[in-house]
Amino acid sequence: MGAGHAHALYVHEHSAVHRLAPEAKLAAALSFIAAVAVTPREAVWAFGLYALVLALVLAAARVPPRFLFLRLLGILPFVAFAFLIPFVATGDRVEVLGIEVSGEGLWGAWNILAKATLGAATSIGLAATTEVPKLIEGLGALKVPAVLVSIAAFMIRYLELIAEELGRMRMAMAARGYDPHWLGQVKPIAAAAGAMFVRSYERGERVHSAMLARGYSGVMPVLRPAGAGWFDWLLAMTLPLTGVVIAAVALVVT
Amino acid sequence: MSHPVSVADLHFAYPDGRQALSGVTFSVGKGERLAVLGPNGAGKTTLALHLNGLLRAARGTIRIGDLEVTDDNLVEIRRRVGLVFQDPDDQLFMPTVAEDVAFGPANLGLEGDELEGRVDEALAAVEATNLRQRVPHHLSGGEKRRASLATVLAMDPGVLVFDEPASGLDPAGRRELMETLVGLPVTQVLITHDLPLALELCPRSVILDEGRVSADGPTAGLLGDDELLARHRLEMPYRLDGRKSGR
Amino acid sequence: MHAPDGFLNAGTAVVTGALSAGTVGAALRQAKHYLQHRQVPLAGITAAFVFAAQMFNFPIAAGTTGHLLGGALAAILLGPHVGAVVITVVVVVQALVFADGGLTALGYNLLNMAVIPAYGGYAVFKLFRRLLPATSGGVVAATGLAGWVSVVLSSMAFSIEWLFGATAPVSFTRVFAAMVGVHLLIGTGEGVISALTVGTVLASRPDLIAGAADLDAGQIEDTRGPRAPTLLIAGVVAALFLASVVSQFAFADPDGLERVAQETGFAASGEEHLLSDSVFADYATAGIENETVSLAIAGVAGTLIVLAVGWGLLLGVKRPGRRSAV
Repeated sequence: MGAGHAHALYVHEHSAVHRLAPEAKLAAALSFIAAVAVTPREAVWAFGLYALVLALVLAAARVPPRFLFLRLLGILPFVAFAFLIPFVATGDRVEVLGIEVSGEGLWGAWNILAKATLGAATSIGLAATTEVPKLIEGLGALKVPAVLVSIAAFMIRYLELIAEELGRMRMAMAARGYDPHWLGQVKPIAAAAGAMFVRSYERGERVHSAMLARGYSGVMPVLRPAGAGWFDWLLAMTLPLTGVVIAAVALVVT
Repeated sequence: MSHPVSVADLHFAYPDGRQALSGVTFSVGKGERLAVLGPNGAGKTTLALHLNGLLRAARGTIRIGDLEVTDDNLVEIRRRVGLVFQDPDDQLFMPTVAEDVAFGPANLGLEGDELEGRVDEALAAVEATNLRQRVPHHLSGGEKRRASLATVLAMDPGVLVFDEPASGLDPAGRRELMETLVGLPVTQVLITHDLPLALELCPRSVILDEGRVSADGPTAGLLGDDELLARHRLEMPYRLDGRKSGR
Repeated sequence: MHAPDGFLNAGTAVVTGALSAGTVGAALRQAKHYLQHRQVPLAGITAAFVFAAQMFNFPIAAGTTGHLLGGALAAILLGPHVGAVVITVVVVVQALVFADGGLTALGYNLLNMAVIPAYGGYAVFKLFRRLLPATSGGVVAATGLAGWVSVVLSSMAFSIEWLFGATAPVSFTRVFAAMVGVHLLIGTGEGVISALTVGTVLASRPDLIAGAADLDAGQIEDTRGPRAPTLLIAGVVAALFLASVVSQFAFADPDGLERVAQETGFAASGEEHLLSDSVFADYATAGIENETVSLAIAGVAGTLIVLAVGWGLLLGVKRPGRRSAV
């Protein structure tokens, strides 16, 4: 699950990748992943090339391999699912290490594994080189509806605050010996969740008052004009363009 | 000449029927620092929200300088009166301190270099220039307080209203806050139940209880009257001469 | 349920993306008034609440833990449109910032985790609000049933997407049985936690719950839940509702469906159909083969019938009068 703290996602460095405008990076990451996603799974070499290109970018951004690896563990549940596929899939049987599995299923597992890993690694790289508020700002520059962008910004601002509140509630419960083992014992958890909702709602009302007090009229002021110049776009797009070329070749030759 | 703040016969009840203010009258002189004291539930926060036009009087009037608070002049009222909320996490809602400080003046229509200038000035006034690019969530209590103050100073208000300005601060943070407030050349209203803070900062106080002003005078005099304080569930942690108050 | 990139084929990603974007766009328009006037910070902070609530692991039984999805809960607390918008923001930020769910998988992840739980869950909630007494106990029970059904609906949606966009030859029936089976269990956790959460909010700030806005003070005071027979009927209705969904996969010749899917969809990749796993191969060939068309029609019809059954039940069931409410 998406547990975790925002500051654990960002790698503080001063690379060229860090400096790129967030909207250019966002668009680049999205198009690169899309190129990966449409690549035929039989083109194993293509996935190798993707990994290489991505590794070069991440190295240039000085994202530590260990950091990448630890963050990649997040996709484990789906990796587990992928490993299950060859056993439950239908189709021709092949023998691997003395076990009979579905050959089609093996391809399916490889497909999910390769694309999921590359996709997640790209996203992790994006978040590692772009501070969260900038990412949200980038969404706005890419014409995502302003209301959604504002809601996301408020969510990010208050997420840690609320998560910490929640942590304190859990601690207070554990301090009094609460250790639930089955669904019948979850009432205190739900009570905490309910209390948390009420507190969140009331904070929302107070924040709104604080905004009105400073002249808010229903529209968030645009504080910074979009900052991506042609150079940002050019540099950022080298990644997806490489990806698109690889995908195109893979589609033709496979 | 009109007072920066004058409140006359202010009444207010919440939609659920709870009567919060029932006939509040007081005024604040130019450059004065006034404390509004009272126990929990006295209507202090309700009063603060009225001074900035966030709540509308059921009866009575509030004037900010020559301007009466009405629906038509809310923009100007909110420019003139800066309201600092009790919880800085309610006040600091933007991704970075600089953006938060820019929020108010941007709503007033400022942009570009002028906006930047306001942000710089406001941050400098509370010695928070180094907090510019920081994320509000990661500031200390004292830093949050100073950043909150900068967000309203950026609107260049003539009157500052504080709701429990020192709550949650450690002694050093409290000391720094007091020094900052003394250095600000604007009319100030401090709404609090922190009596030592009032004594140190405000020559004059009013006591608000059950929605009414029940005393108005020099702070030292009010706080020296044990019987008056006890009647309004107020208490000095120590007697003025330094001995622990007998109970 | 945060599916990664490449989990379903590109065509499915694009189609579900369009569906999700369209629905969220409509939800934004519906919620516009609410969001414009005061609620942008409120929606953002409740989104943070939902995000945080999803981190709350709770035990189900025998060492199994689950966590809240929150779609139905958000819809009941904030209304379906704002609820859907809020969950959408949560899912997008999870993918973008936390690499939780693929960026190209956002289409189906949004559909399964935001759109269907919020609107499906809310529809079920409204249905049971009509069936159950107009008391806070009735609201709590309706929330529980809605939470449970919303998770099962979401697993069904995932299975249907697999039918169209599978990337491996695992049969639809197998995926369906496994997904729905597991989520019938996990859903109970969602239901219980959602119900108890709404119960807590009802006790302190009932005015905050959009789904209970119709109750007057006396009805909120009344914490009596539905009596056993009513609850039994409610359970049967919930089961019928789910069964009506399940039956959609049997209404056409199931073997035929299965076979068509095999031929056109997930079984198609490999040596003999070189292009079929590529870009939009499955969809580009659609309409050529009769069976493919029938498959698509079956899927769409199934979805429509589920919706019709839901709304039909909703309209058909008369709300008990206040006096006769038990």
